[in-house]
Amino acid sequence: MSSVGTDTPAVQHTSHEEDTGLWSWITTVDHKRIAIMYFATATAFFFVGGMEALLIRIQLMNPEQSIISPELYNQLFTMHGTTMIFLVAMPMAVAFFNYVVPLQIGARDVAFPRLNALSYWIFLFGGVYMTLPILFGVAPNAAWTGYATLTLPQFNPGVNVDFWFIGLSIVGIASLAGGVNFITTIINMRAPGMKMMRMPLFTWMTFVTSFLLITAIPVIAVAMVFLGFDRVFATTFFNPDMGGDPVLWQHLFWIFGHPEVYILILPAFGVISDVIPTFSKKPLFGYPIVVYAGVLIGFIGWGVWSHHMFTVGLGPIADSFFVAATMIIAIPTGVKIFNWIATMWGGSIQFTTAMLFAVGLVVIFTVGGLSGIMHASAPVDLQQHDTYFVVAHFHYVIVGGAMMGLWSGLYYWFPKVSGRFLSETLGKWHFWTTMIGLNLTFFPMHFSGLFGMPRRIFTYSADLNVDIYNQLSTVGAFIFGLSALIMTWNIIRSWRGGEPASANPWGAPHLEWSIPSPPHHYNFPAIPTIRSREPLWNASEREEVLAATMQELDEEPVMPNPSYWPVLLAAAITLAWALVMTGIWWVILLGTLPVLLCVFKWAFEPPFPEGH
Amino acid sequence: MPLDTIETNGRNDMAQAAAAVDDHGHTVTGISNWKVGFWTFIASECLFFGTLISTYMVFKGNAVTGPYPADIFDVLHTTVSTTVLLFSSLAMVLALYAVQRANKKVAIFWLLVVIGMGATFLWMEGTSYLKYIDYGLTLTSSTFGSSYFVLTGTHKLHVIIGMVWMSALIWMIARDRIPPAKAETVEIAGLYWHFVDIIWIVIFTLVYLIQ
Amino acid sequence: MRLTPKRHEVPESTWRAGGARALLPRLVMPLMVPLLTAGCGDADQYPMSTLNPHSDFAEIIHSLYVSIFWWTMLILAVVWVLVAVVVVRFRRKSDDEQPKQIRGHLGLEIGWTVGPALIVVAITIPTIQAVFETQRPVADDALLVEVTGHQFWWEFHYPEQGVTTANELRLPVDRPVSLRLESNDVIHSFWVPLLGGKRDVNPEPAVREGREPGANWLHFTPQETGVYRGQCAEFCGDSHALMAMRVVVDDESGFDGWIERWHASAGAAVPDPVNGEDGSAGDGEVQVTAAENGAPSPVASSTQVPTEEDPQVTVGRELFLNSTCTACHGIQGTPAQGAIAPNLTLFGERATVGAGTLENNEENVVRWIMHPQLIKPGVLMPGVDTPGGNWPATGFSEDEVRAIAAYLLSLK
Repeated sequence: MSSVGTDTPAVQHTSHEEDTGLWSWITTVDHKRIAIMYFATATAFFFVGGMEALLIRIQLMNPEQSIISPELYNQLFTMHGTTMIFLVAMPMAVAFFNYVVPLQIGARDVAFPRLNALSYWIFLFGGVYMTLPILFGVAPNAAWTGYATLTLPQFNPGVNVDFWFIGLSIVGIASLAGGVNFITTIINMRAPGMKMMRMPLFTWMTFVTSFLLITAIPVIAVAMVFLGFDRVFATTFFNPDMGGDPVLWQHLFWIFGHPEVYILILPAFGVISDVIPTFSKKPLFGYPIVVYAGVLIGFIGWGVWSHHMFTVGLGPIADSFFVAATMIIAIPTGVKIFNWIATMWGGSIQFTTAMLFAVGLVVIFTVGGLSGIMHASAPVDLQQHDTYFVVAHFHYVIVGGAMMGLWSGLYYWFPKVSGRFLSETLGKWHFWTTMIGLNLTFFPMHFSGLFGMPRRIFTYSADLNVDIYNQLSTVGAFIFGLSALIMTWNIIRSWRGGEPASANPWGAPHLEWSIPSPPHHYNFPAIPTIRSREPLWNASEREEVLAATMQELDEEPVMPNPSYWPVLLAAAITLAWALVMTGIWWVILLGTLPVLLCVFKWAFEPPFPEGH
Repeated sequence: MPLDTIETNGRNDMAQAAAAVDDHGHTVTGISNWKVGFWTFIASECLFFGTLISTYMVFKGNAVTGPYPADIFDVLHTTVSTTVLLFSSLAMVLALYAVQRANKKVAIFWLLVVIGMGATFLWMEGTSYLKYIDYGLTLTSSTFGSSYFVLTGTHKLHVIIGMVWMSALIWMIARDRIPPAKAETVEIAGLYWHFVDIIWIVIFTLVYLIQ
Repeated sequence: MRLTPKRHEVPESTWRAGGARALLPRLVMPLMVPLLTAGCGDADQYPMSTLNPHSDFAEIIHSLYVSIFWWTMLILAVVWVLVAVVVVRFRRKSDDEQPKQIRGHLGLEIGWTVGPALIVVAITIPTIQAVFETQRPVADDALLVEVTGHQFWWEFHYPEQGVTTANELRLPVDRPVSLRLESNDVIHSFWVPLLGGKRDVNPEPAVREGREPGANWLHFTPQETGVYRGQCAEFCGDSHALMAMRVVVDDESGFDGWIERWHASAGAAVPDPVNGEDGSAGDGEVQVTAAENGAPSPVASSTQVPTEEDPQVTVGRELFLNSTCTACHGIQGTPAQGAIAPNLTLFGERATVGAGTLENNEENVVRWIMHPQLIKPGVLMPGVDTPGGNWPATGFSEDEVRAIAAYLLSLK
């Protein structure tokens, strides 16, 4: 790693034992600590989004209720969607990227440790910035898709939408930096012998996801720039009176938004592609096919965005193209599912909680995938679009897919992170309450949708006769909420009091299980050489690897310096963006000064202790 | 039939292993992290400008009221400013060459030329802006105006950032902080500058030449 | 708020119509809705069911849906059965087990790529056929209706008949209909599930002079008389949930009669200097100049002059026509020619007030005129003591409001 200006006096590299104080967490650049902070923060936001969901479900329990005002309701569902996608599902996946990827590829840290810390702090500040307004009733209120013209000042004069486009712009920076960081890490920092086609599937899917991040985020960034200019400087991008086109927003949003779906789901696919072989005692069936299927999903994911727009009126030719592209993407997804089943087939399956969630994903995600095929058919979508059927579909995909996968990863890697197991008893409670809760919440939504209940409505007419489905959903939502409490209790209880775990408690094949649990802050005493896809399942190779990874060092490897510039720069960036709300050009310009200052200070701070 | 054909012996890798330990500069590809990371960032930037350019292409004909592109663009004027920007890339290459040769003064000279040419470009484009505004084309006048100014304005912002970056490099070179071994610092800045140039050529072609 | 739509025959015939095809829905329903095996196709029970087609458009979608439904069920069954087998058969029996390490099988991979691919083709081909079938050009004999979406109500303009109405679309049965959809503010979506799929109602970008502005279209032929519920399906702001509509499909004579009654509206009782077929209504709202195609107003005055009238109605008419109400609302045959808010001609015939929000009776109309924003947040109509949109509060007393309500309900 090239570091500039190492002739300045370096910050003293302090103790070999890690500091544990608050300051050490704030200034940390250790990917493992950053991962833990990501996970904790995303879980906190999960409760915020969950509370919003419960309020929504209370309001919808019976027809024609008025417990929550329409104004507040619209903020609640907007923030529920925005929170769950940008502040929960994505960062929770990033938490796993952070913890697991360097360990799986045999690296001591990510390529840019300080940038990694910056990503976290920006995500935190941006998330808080977007979340707080709901307490004052001025939260974003134009749905997570923010369709123009409803977001233009003439129809939305308040500050609500400002919080939205600025908040998302801030969070987007974090994702972009994360994408750059993980691509570089995976390309450049693999252990010797760790060829691309030997990488664990989770690392592979992180790689694909990172490419989706760096290509999709710029598109939404431009859309946000246009929206910001329309709102702050009265430009004409989305203003139809001036020839602007609200449909342009939809194109830009979904060109980002569909890859975003795969940004959410591919990490989960990666997790279970590691979990299933481990607990089946069998290598992943059709490894190269599963890899290529993931890459293919990433590619085709770019060509299907308009299937979110079948009702927009793009004409039959465009509709047909996007129907075909969308149908094609179902094939690699199906291939993955069959490969997972084939991996388990003939295996020796141990149903730990991690494995339960992985199998749960296969079972539940399939339902979401298949309802997706239904509205991939454009004419059918004309009936199902923007109804609760679609709400059911994407919750099956995101909760039953992305979140189940991540929870599987939680139970799988928790022993590595903490050196202790999560309670399997509580874990099974967590799993079954999740299964019951999510199915009871979202399955009835298929029916309320088919019977004509539109989404994003604060109430519905009793005539629709969908009361029973909504009541079931509300009950299910509370059970689902309970499952989240069980999970959290399990984490808190097990963090210090759980059963101690060995270095490789599951008998897993990958490199992260070759080092002590929890790992040293430098991960690997010596970087092992890899000769196969399952280094720990191959007796002779395991000996060699463990000889490198379990050795005691007299002198610890040099690790990057802690730094407070990431947190300061993140604060400066958040402040600079927030000042856009003033709409005064010189205030906005002034806001960039702290950013510049922090960037310079950052650039001239030596990342490593002197002499390295 | 096993699909797994990629298993190979790992013997050759053993030699690399020893070298990897404790070597922050070592990478699998042999290209530094900074450079890989920066190329990734540039890929991202391509999508950013691609979106801006696409929007412009869609919108330029949608203006409800004039002026329309054909009414105002002065291709000759822009050709000159484009040429200036293009040649700044040459200066950038020469600056990097000088840094690699530890030729401090020459390096600073060429970086100053880069900044000067960037400033000339900005000045020429600035005068065009004023002219367009005279013609009635503003950020808010039409979709053509909005998309034109946001696209070219974003590019100019990139030029300005590049100039600030070059100034920082000059300051560092002057204080002997960029020995030839660290020439990559300049190389990456150069990568950025060339990218900004290339994007401008795309913009020049699509916005000014093909109306 | 419960609406009571007019009952009509359950269209059992729709299901029978398809011959062999009709067997499928009968099988689907019980499977889809085990709790509700009976009456799923009942339009009264589920007035917005997507599974109960009453037009050619809805029928195309529904049969496509049914076939896709079965394909997906097949895949689901395969996956679930395989998972079940795996879970039961390959559970770990002892920790010493060492299963055979199989890394893949090319034949299987090809099989489960080609198999789903064939299913996908089987879904895609009829889908694309249906895409083109449902987006055909306007039929020659189609009834043209211009639909304008407003926050939060629907405007329906029949250019050939010169008729404008709101929130209650009247259509003749068995005649192709072409709806031209355009929004006045934000994006809405026109959706009447029993009559077919939805289509977004976009605010169309302004265009340079001489260019044709775009618009979305929806084509279908209602196949059964009846009343169908519809609702805005694209989030459009505070009261999006309360932007419903009704479509009344009548036989041809019933529809023609309604058109005639519209032109002969009760307003004719008052001398009517402004009702200009010359388009002199000067408030600049282009999209709703009623009766631009020479609608027969002479006929109107000759047919429907009320003989005796409730005095309250007379008071209400005076109040209405001399207030700011007329700046926004239009009533055919009166000086009220406002074109910003719902046209109130034949208001008394409508089943709901507030775009499907309340049943249309005196109490509710009074409530609505007094405090529209309490019923429907974000609505632009002023109340008696609250301003709305750019308009000041009306300041009517409750008695005055009752008179106005009586007048409006008398418009039949």
